[in-house]
Amino acid sequence: MEGSLNVIGYGIATLGPGIGLGLLIGKALESMARQPEAAGMIRTTMFIGIAVVEALALLGFVLAFAV
Amino acid sequence: MTHVLAAAEWGGEFDGVLEPISALFDFPAIFEFTWLGLDLMINRTILIAWLMTAIVMIVFLVGLGNPKIVPGKLQAFLEMIVEFNRTIAMEIIGPKGAKFVPLLTTFFVSIFALNVAKITPFVLLPPTSRAAWPLFLALISWVVYVGVGIKEQGFFGYFGGLAFPPGVPKPLYVILTPIELVSALILRPFTLAVRLFANMVAGHILVVITLVTIHIFLPSFPFGWMVGVAALVASPLVFGFELFIIALQAYIFTMLTAVYISSSMEAHH
Repeated sequence: MEGSLNVIGYGIATLGPGIGLGLLIGKALESMARQPEAAGMIRTTMFIGIAVVEALALLGFVLAFAV
Repeated sequence: MTHVLAAAEWGGEFDGVLEPISALFDFPAIFEFTWLGLDLMINRTILIAWLMTAIVMIVFLVGLGNPKIVPGKLQAFLEMIVEFNRTIAMEIIGPKGAKFVPLLTTFFVSIFALNVAKITPFVLLPPTSRAAWPLFLALISWVVYVGVGIKEQGFFGYFGGLAFPPGVPKPLYVILTPIELVSALILRPFTLAVRLFANMVAGHILVVITLVTIHIFLPSFPFGWMVGVAALVASPLVFGFELFIIALQAYIFTMLTAVYISSSMEAHH
């Protein structure tokens, strides 16, 4: 069997950001449902949070190719 | 790519055009020249970038070059885009954000136009999937937010505020200062560039795999034919999903630039 161990590394590296995104978007949806009038602000903040969490997954993606 | 190669054994023809995968992104030079000691070349990527930039410039010149009080359809549409970026600037940066609207609009429109080449028929290659383009855009963003920080808070005020956030016990600075400096000055532009770059690379590979699957499987009637039909049905969905990603990446790049500018505006909380 041939292949690169980096790919498995990237697979593991997606787990953390996956859990993080799930929590983050779930909480944002919850608070939007509770306070629909604050939805715009929550959405903006959610995207900022997503961008920060996503950075971890992207570091994994880049390092999988870099080594 | 090995899945596609394995798929080829089941029928259809496939001559390994995708091996190695960098063949999707590297194109031979059409024209090479030397300028100021640099070896430069014109290839497909840069031609696409010029094409998209020219289209955006022409559309904006036609639409907003001679603005009317009662806007036509094109002018109303372009004003909507500018208004969208103005809302981002005003909500995130505040009243001082008005002067950053041109920068943010340029980021949003140019990133969207360059990305949308990914799903434009007969083009199908985003120039932003080459690392240089997102890196340079992130560099512009970096220069702007560091410049704004130095201008608003002074050199020592800005870098001091970054390195020593107030309200932290003194011994913690040993750990906190390097983390904060690396995060604000290196990781921010790096992730800004890599986010756009990685999304475009992954999206381009996804589009290519979908189209190549159709190409390989559809002609092979008895066995692989159904897979080709499935891929054919899925391809509009893939293109729609990519359009969503394209718009989202343009929005996130613009919004994060606004967030970074706004964090340089006021002292660290």
